[in-house]
Amino acid sequence: MSAAMADYLLELLVSLTIVAGAGFTLVGSIGLLRLDDVFQRMHAPTKATTLGVGLILVASCLATWMTQREVSLHEVLVALLLFVSAPVSAYLVARVALQRRSNARDGVDGEDR
Amino acid sequence: MLDFAILTGIAAICLSMLLVLVRVLRGPTLPDRIVALDALYVNAIALIILLGISEADQIHFEAAILIALLGFAGTVALAKFALRRDVME
Repeated sequence: MSAAMADYLLELLVSLTIVAGAGFTLVGSIGLLRLDDVFQRMHAPTKATTLGVGLILVASCLATWMTQREVSLHEVLVALLLFVSAPVSAYLVARVALQRRSNARDGVDGEDR
Repeated sequence: MLDFAILTGIAAICLSMLLVLVRVLRGPTLPDRIVALDALYVNAIALIILLGISEADQIHFEAAILIALLGFAGTVALAKFALRRDVME
């Protein structure tokens, strides 16, 4: 396989990864807008946007290799940060939603939304 | 081809940020808004990384890392405040 062919295939791969990642991000946001319940709404973006950002980060790694022929490790840092922090924030928001639901069920408080 | 893909990606992510913004404004409850703000900063990271790919420099990653750290801190602070009416315990 010639070098030009390999470059073409790499560019195609980067383009497809970018479009797939952006598509996943869009699907996550549509889910956030369309689903009915707080818990369903949490499900849509916490999975789809981390997958979307993950694919875009992979595309960025490949694009750095394609243009500068060097391995870039910044993407790994961003991905690590996101993948560690996403479950923690999802857990905290779920606790907020659960607390509000049980308060509303017991008729405890008249909190403003 | 790469330029077209990046343009498509930027357009899709801008549209998705608009949809998330609708959810932030519409609510209806506080946890909904916190989830939407969380999704908004993740989308901002994706947008900045796409700009970094198109301009092929490293400075955008510093911004992406900063947004990831501060966005996480903001989400945790909002959730703690909604739980206990107090950020530090």
